[in-house]
Amino acid sequence: MSEQREMRAVYCETLCQLAEGDPRIVLLEADLMRASGTQAFKDRFPERTFNVGVAEANMVGIASGLSATGKIPFANTFASFAARRTFDQFFLSANYARLNVKLVGTDPGVTAALNGGTHMAFEDAGIMRTIPNLVIFEPSDPVSLRELVKAAAAHQGCTYMRLHRSLSNVLYSEDEPFELGKGKLLKPGSDVALFAVGAVMINEALKAADLLKIDGISAAVVDMHTIKPIDRDLILQLAQSCGAIVTCENHQITNGLGSAVAEVLAEELPTPMLRVGVKDLFGEVGSVEYLKERFGLTADAICSHAKRVINLKKS
Amino acid sequence: MLDKETQKVLTDKANQIRALTLDAIGYLGVGHVGGCMSLVEVLTMLYYRHMNIDPKDPRKRDRDQLVLSKGHAGPTLYSVLADKGFFPEGWLHTLNQGGTRLPSHCDRNLTPGIDMTTGSLGQGLSAGIGIALANRLDGIESTVFVIIGDGETNEGQVWEAAQAAVQFKLNHLMAFTDYNKLQLDGFMTDIMNIEDLVAKWQSFGWFVQRVNGHDLCQLDEAIESSKQEANRPSMIILDTIKGKGVPFAENLPSNHNMKLDHATALKIIADIQAGKEANNE
Repeated sequence: MSEQREMRAVYCETLCQLAEGDPRIVLLEADLMRASGTQAFKDRFPERTFNVGVAEANMVGIASGLSATGKIPFANTFASFAARRTFDQFFLSANYARLNVKLVGTDPGVTAALNGGTHMAFEDAGIMRTIPNLVIFEPSDPVSLRELVKAAAAHQGCTYMRLHRSLSNVLYSEDEPFELGKGKLLKPGSDVALFAVGAVMINEALKAADLLKIDGISAAVVDMHTIKPIDRDLILQLAQSCGAIVTCENHQITNGLGSAVAEVLAEELPTPMLRVGVKDLFGEVGSVEYLKERFGLTADAICSHAKRVINLKKS
Repeated sequence: MLDKETQKVLTDKANQIRALTLDAIGYLGVGHVGGCMSLVEVLTMLYYRHMNIDPKDPRKRDRDQLVLSKGHAGPTLYSVLADKGFFPEGWLHTLNQGGTRLPSHCDRNLTPGIDMTTGSLGQGLSAGIGIALANRLDGIESTVFVIIGDGETNEGQVWEAAQAAVQFKLNHLMAFTDYNKLQLDGFMTDIMNIEDLVAKWQSFGWFVQRVNGHDLCQLDEAIESSKQEANRPSMIILDTIKGKGVPFAENLPSNHNMKLDHATALKIIADIQAGKEANNE
């Protein structure tokens, strides 16, 4: 069993580190501070922490005003509220105004688990992907989380991060460098490339690669942490070397990672590909393990898609 | 209290701003005449008497800032900013033309002197709170002014912001409601009534005043009173006339966005000028 760390604890530590060195960093919450796990930030920087109560639209509007005056606001809420409820505020007051708001949607997809279908964002990245120039990313492990949050703070412009809050496997060494918009080849392979995003699906894709190996299939695994801008060069490189691609996302297959990869391939290098993800369904309540099975977000599903896409390549 | 001389200077200035705005809208042929005209006096009072701003340094950190949350009244603010020297007055005739720096709704990236991008109603008061919080963190005691529309007050986000401004004790936040009693589809009492507006803001914990929004002396006194508030935000409700100064359009439910040809606009401007001269005699 690999080492695991709680992602929200890493997020909070990283924010504190950033705030220590940069007085522009401020934090906004909408009565979900206990969920976001940012109490330590508030304890350390009470004057830079603004809890607006259950009012997400107002939170994003206030974050925009803070940004207009030079601050770098991180605003946290569940992914369902971040995308569905604050879209107009995030679109207009933050993005259209060319400001610098870092919006964070926690509990993406099946990780909303026991909060159920009402809170289960399978569409947030898809909604956000229509905003010009917005950077959208989802870290896959504690190290990439730390480094990508730092990169987001340094980026001049709005970002949207999907944050899985719970325990996650450590996949990278401590000194691994990360860059927004540049995917990571986690495991080389030659028959099929598995492009995955986020902690849930990267871990499933790694398991799938091991299972495929037993069947004599060499699968590359790519951590596509940033879905906008999409890493076009890496997609084309693996399309050329493997000739078959499977995308894996804890999200609708519409307008998320799968769509972004398909757009690159269709226009630049038509290549057989299939998408693992939620297929036009609403969320439901249950454990993460149950929901992964329910929505086909498992290593087994990835394996069957990989075998099908390899057959497509052969035909 | 405004002395007679200041009162005359500001009255003339308001006439000039009304004329510049009508000229710009008339030159284009169509625009938000109603809500632009109802704001002439308050913007004149703020920019020519109360606000600390520098046209040569539009983003001066310790400036007073204004969020025009009813962004469709941009043309009136553009007239003020042009007259103040933030950009050449010639820009006013480019209003809403392709490639203009003066779009129908306020844009902080296009127009020097615009502090916040607005246009989707309900969002400006939240942005104003953010600016006021940033000022507090930086130890800057400037005032953040926010102007919201009465129809805009239907938006739930306004009331989310109303709670937050009090919770955060933002005494340097001064908001105005342009209460001209008309929203796009008609009279507010027929569409979505917001009375009792004074009681609503008071119940949220704001320092509330209600004045004639076209009376410069009342405006000045209300702003001075709001500045004295040490511990809470202020709301000044402006009783205004939608389309004020355009005789055939005043209080007309269809004046939210209406056609106005240039010849008609110039005639109204001439009448304003004549009235001013008559007053001066």
